[in-house]
Amino acid sequence: MTSSELTLRGVGKSFGRGNRRNRVLDGIDLTLADNEFVSLVGASGCGKSTLLSLVSGLQDYDEGTIEVGGSLVEGPGRDRGVVFQHYTLMPWLNARQNIEFALKAAGYSRADSTRIANEHLALVGLSESAEAYPSQLSGGMKQRVAIARALSYKPRMLLMDEPFGALDALTRRDMQELLIDVWQHHRLTVLFVTHDVEEAVFLSDRVVVMGRYPGCIREEVNIDLPRPRKPEVTGSPEFAELHWRVMSSIKQEAALAS
Amino acid sequence: MSKTATNDIGEPMPADVHERESSNRTKATPRRRRRPLLSITTRIDSRRYLAISTVAFVLFVMLWWGITAAEIVKPMFLPSPERVWQRLSALAAGGQLWDDLGISLFRISFSFFLACAMAIPLGMLIGSFRVLDAAFEPMIDFIRYMPVVAFVPLTILWVGTNEPQKYLIIWLGTFFQLTLMVQDCVKRVPRDFIDVGRTLEMREWTILQRIVLPSSAPAIWDAMRICLGWAWSWLVLAELVAASAGMGYRITVAQRYFQTDTIIGYVLVLGLLGLASDQLMKLLGKTMFRYQERT
Repeated sequence: MTSSELTLRGVGKSFGRGNRRNRVLDGIDLTLADNEFVSLVGASGCGKSTLLSLVSGLQDYDEGTIEVGGSLVEGPGRDRGVVFQHYTLMPWLNARQNIEFALKAAGYSRADSTRIANEHLALVGLSESAEAYPSQLSGGMKQRVAIARALSYKPRMLLMDEPFGALDALTRRDMQELLIDVWQHHRLTVLFVTHDVEEAVFLSDRVVVMGRYPGCIREEVNIDLPRPRKPEVTGSPEFAELHWRVMSSIKQEAALAS
Repeated sequence: MSKTATNDIGEPMPADVHERESSNRTKATPRRRRRPLLSITTRIDSRRYLAISTVAFVLFVMLWWGITAAEIVKPMFLPSPERVWQRLSALAAGGQLWDDLGISLFRISFSFFLACAMAIPLGMLIGSFRVLDAAFEPMIDFIRYMPVVAFVPLTILWVGTNEPQKYLIIWLGTFFQLTLMVQDCVKRVPRDFIDVGRTLEMREWTILQRIVLPSSAPAIWDAMRICLGWAWSWLVLAELVAASAGMGYRITVAQRYFQTDTIIGYVLVLGLLGLASDQLMKLLGKTMFRYQERT
């Protein structure tokens, strides 16, 4: 971990105007190193999803600076792949076409798009379902295609907003393992928003606990569990201790706020 | 659906609920519970659906026949089904029916196509860009509530009684309505879909073509179906006043000679045409948007 991939300095964001102006983020300083996997956790209303959308460029920030790979974020860009919380596959395109859709937008030729789409379907274990339309895919499969789509055009960073939030517990587990697998192969910087502390600890190099009213960074917990991580690690005492540390940090914060 | 008892959020139900349910049945012969036909979510197969709807039509004709056979209403006002059928057959054999039909079908197709070709792009622009919404939406909303019927005299003064006047009436009745319906369809395109386009650095115009249009297409198609239904009424209205051919014109002429059999016959044909065009649109929609179906 040498160069910094993502740098936020004094980032602030408000919604509304005049008397109803509501400060949702205040003085956010955060740095992600190259290939680092960082999760944002916190009680609802802490602005973690908003923070992610500021980094993605889908929303504008009012104060501070956000830099990706040394250049200022001034809007969305293909250097940052985004996986949304809700299913965002285009229903009129099948799984392969959904990935090709992104690749064509990124300027790849038709032949290259098909080849890369097939490679990425294989990466997420969905080669068999290449021709299936989203209505025929399960929630987990849809998110796998969405991850494949976001990775296909080789962004510097992957931004994920509670991507497994709508999935059942077992599928969620499978997806976490798949993501860890993909990340270990691809080696890219990931910013991951979740409200599931166990998920955050299992996946991340570092967990950032956010506080609220207004949203801010409360604590950063380094997750020094060895990699590659297997699901068994969640049963270890080290895992339990880290889980507890993050959990109590969120709880303290919630108690302070109320 | 899973076989185990679950409540509607998918959690297993407490065991006692399960037991209470099964204790009502004889334990030796567990049989599948049949849903009552008049239950809100009960589905029926297409054969049964067709049978029921056919029976409804047959009953309708029988009621009509019964009223005329019992001479409750004078035949001059309500002719019997046979009488109407004979009349229609004669008009069909003489070619009159087909001429009228041909003219009317051309008028409605042309005007409806014109209205769609203008309403879909405009509706998409209004639905996508707030500035255009402000410029057009309140104005169109205002115009669409003006009664089309009241425009008939005005259109005659404007463009005369020739073909363009018929097109204009149908267009007036559908264009404004459809534009606002398309706008609404476009507004329902999920925000996340557009954001996907943004993260791919697509230009606004490309997002409109590649994401907004295909995403709203099934809903726009449904809006077109509804508008086509209205267009039939506007067609007949245009033909009732100031025409020299077409279904509506023949109805006015028949009124003059008290030919109620022709009037009823033509009204029935119009009903059938409406039904046929609606079913055709439905079928085309099902084929075009097959991807929506779960298999």
